[in-house]
Amino acid sequence: MVSGNSAVIRKALLDSLSLPAFILLSTMMGFGSLARSTGFTPEMAALATAFIWGLPGQLAMVELTATGQGVIAIVFACSLANARFFPMVVSFIPAMSREKSGFAALILYAQLLSINSWAMCLKQFPHIDPAYRRLYYVVFALTILCAAVAGTLLGYHVSAVLPRPLVLGLIFLSPLFFALVLSAVSGACERASLLLGCAVVPVAHQFFPAVDLLLTGLIGGSTGFLLGRITHVKRILS
Amino acid sequence: MTTETLWIIVLGCSAATFAWRLLGVAVVRKINPEGAIFRWITCVSYAMVAGLVFRMLMMPESELASVSLAIRFGAVAIAFAAYFLFSRRLVAGVVAGGLSLSALVHWFS
Repeated sequence: MVSGNSAVIRKALLDSLSLPAFILLSTMMGFGSLARSTGFTPEMAALATAFIWGLPGQLAMVELTATGQGVIAIVFACSLANARFFPMVVSFIPAMSREKSGFAALILYAQLLSINSWAMCLKQFPHIDPAYRRLYYVVFALTILCAAVAGTLLGYHVSAVLPRPLVLGLIFLSPLFFALVLSAVSGACERASLLLGCAVVPVAHQFFPAVDLLLTGLIGGSTGFLLGRITHVKRILS
Repeated sequence: MTTETLWIIVLGCSAATFAWRLLGVAVVRKINPEGAIFRWITCVSYAMVAGLVFRMLMMPESELASVSLAIRFGAVAIAFAAYFLFSRRLVAGVVAGGLSLSALVHWFS
């Protein structure tokens, strides 16, 4: 178990720079190039990465702006695409620390959360002294945030010269990475919810595209929660 | 669109995303992390993230939509094969998947 300020900071830097920072750098290059072709300035693109900090919402923003939608419709679509942050914050913070944190600290933790830090930190927390998990998370999240902003600016300025197969490969890395990380999640309820999420989303997307992820979360998660409590299912999934 | 409108969009989207995070903070201060409601919300977050990742890979709306489903599916399969072959090393899966997608696009489309 890793403990102590310097050891935890070193581990957070190593873990984030080994792969997650690279994934975000390449993914956000894709976002940067899209933002440019839609007419956003580099400052806007970098700010969007830093403050929205959720790629599906950022993509919704850029794609709807490109099709000339109204401001309200764009903001609403971005909000729906990023609604997952509500359950993610609720599930993540107690897993990180059972101690009471101040309101300002909680806001910081919530704002820094992304699928990447959520999945990777939940995976690493068992190896880290509980008293140092918050430090680990903040260092990890800030490192990948810096990589993401750098990637956005890089993509904004250079992606026009990259060959198309390579750009597509880069955009593909991010969901692929999450799929691999999530395949290692343990716990019957969690695994059932993951599988059901994949099963529900095509149907939800077909009939209710605007709220497909909300429906997927509610239906897949609730069913997974109930199924995971049945002993027989528990045995199959774990 | 004008520069002002684009700025309003960026700031509006940031605020709209932050609202969900803030709601999460409000609930996390009230909730018992040992209780059933917490477990349920955790499951909802897993299902939402899984659905999102599945949608990004199999039903993309971004530039990836121009890549055929067969190529995307093949690259995901290669990524998982490499991941398990190299004793669950994430980097092996990611590199194999990304390279195979690029190569398949280069050769077949």
